Amino acid sequence: MTGFPRGRAAIVGAATFGIDSKPGYSAIELLAKAAFAAIADAGLAPLDIDAVFSMLPEDPFSAMSVPEYLGIRPRVVETTRTGGSAFQIQAMWAALALDAGLCNAVLICYGSNQRSGAGGLVRSGGAPFPFEAPYKPRNPTTSYALAAKRHMHQYGTTREQLAEVAVAARKWAQLNPDAYMRDPLSIDDVMNARMVSDPLTVRDCCLVTDGAAAVVMTRSDRARDLPNRPAYLLGAADATWHRNISTLKDVTLTAASDAAPRAFAQAGVKPADIDVVELYDAFTINTILFLEDLGFCPKGEGGRFVADGAIAPGGRLPVNTNGGGLSCVHPGMYGLFTMVEAVTQLRGVAGGRQIADAKLALAHGNGGVLSSQAVTIWGTEETL
Amino acid sequence: MTTPIKSVHPEAEYAAFLAEGRFMVQRSASTSEAVFFPRVAQPVTGRDDLEWVEASGAGSLYSFTVVRNKPPAADYIIALVDLNEGVRMMSRLIDCHPESLSIGMPLQAKIGDVDGVPAVLFQPVEGASA
Repeated sequence: MTGFPRGRAAIVGAATFGIDSKPGYSAIELLAKAAFAAIADAGLAPLDIDAVFSMLPEDPFSAMSVPEYLGIRPRVVETTRTGGSAFQIQAMWAALALDAGLCNAVLICYGSNQRSGAGGLVRSGGAPFPFEAPYKPRNPTTSYALAAKRHMHQYGTTREQLAEVAVAARKWAQLNPDAYMRDPLSIDDVMNARMVSDPLTVRDCCLVTDGAAAVVMTRSDRARDLPNRPAYLLGAADATWHRNISTLKDVTLTAASDAAPRAFAQAGVKPADIDVVELYDAFTINTILFLEDLGFCPKGEGGRFVADGAIAPGGRLPVNTNGGGLSCVHPGMYGLFTMVEAVTQLRGVAGGRQIADAKLALAHGNGGVLSSQAVTIWGTEETL
Repeated sequence: MTTPIKSVHPEAEYAAFLAEGRFMVQRSASTSEAVFFPRVAQPVTGRDDLEWVEASGAGSLYSFTVVRNKPPAADYIIALVDLNEGVRMMSRLIDCHPESLSIGMPLQAKIGDVDGVPAVLFQPVEGASA
């Protein structure tokens, strides 16, 4: 008995908007386009939404701004600010709030004009880092580079194995007409690209795009009366260990190793049961770390696990089937896009990248510098 | 052995010591466990008997990365350093080439500055290797 309302809430609507470069749009305008599209996709009207779980990176008061913009008067709001993992955490609270009867239809929504508007990385605020910032790490990249370097030292992970992650993501992106980068990419291309923070080149780093995403969740009884095939939330858990990379005891072991066993226990499934894996791949080292910490391979084996195209189309495990943050979209907080892709796969509408007969999908979120880790497991009707 | 200094305003005092050219870390008076980064109480235990002591400056390299810049801006090395006191900090490595570095190698602290701001920096111990 985990107490989690397994399968009692589902995503019934999902949408993205502007996942490339959309000059002229503000972040909330992008968010609203995705939000209204997700509500329509659910077969609902805006006033059916009575809970708004929002995230605008530059607006600490999105809990008020977003409902106002949409013309909704929510009875429940939520704005967890853990960075890119916020959306998995919001899905967890949405399931609990729906199950408790606090609300009936939750909108989870996000928007950023990072590429066209901010002209670079969006600063999402937060307290300063007085004991790291004086050294001028180029964060977030530097912190992930420190983890990558240590992983290579500790486990023999190679530069080529990191590149395999980027190449696999690009091959998936080439099957996704919405993906931002679809040019051919080889291991040599990744390794010979401009070095940003050793050992990570620019092709080991996520995209900088605009983009918005939104999903709608209801209780499962209602979900069955709506037009789309519901994606049921079977398990959801998160864990938070640090904010400064210098306080993470072992930089090769993340809090995903704490969250994942709880999410799997709630769902009553094992990593080997998962048909499609959507990870937060802000950097190539992420995919390797999270495949380990989520239990898809032993600690330290992630580099060898991804070798030889193992997570690319046709490989042994489909990972980041939309092209991921590396090749599809990364507006600053990518987490909601992993859930949208999981839903797309479970609905069976992913087109050329569809995983045949996908019944179980894992959608993971990462926030900060490996700091906040959140895991959601979604299933079709037959997994209930 | 200098007399320990009671820690009252950890963040400001750490910076003030640095400005005087001193690298100080906190430790618990009752257990001698070191604390870094400086806090009003020891994490986990909440023990608030923290005092400042001079850091040994000796440590080892836990991980590092070269932050690459477009010329004329210079590249620089960001490191995570395990202090012999048992705590870890971020720093920069100076007076060395990235190719000469290996994880685990001994380092020694040196007070310097980053763009004019006082900072604890590290350099490899002469003649040492990991």
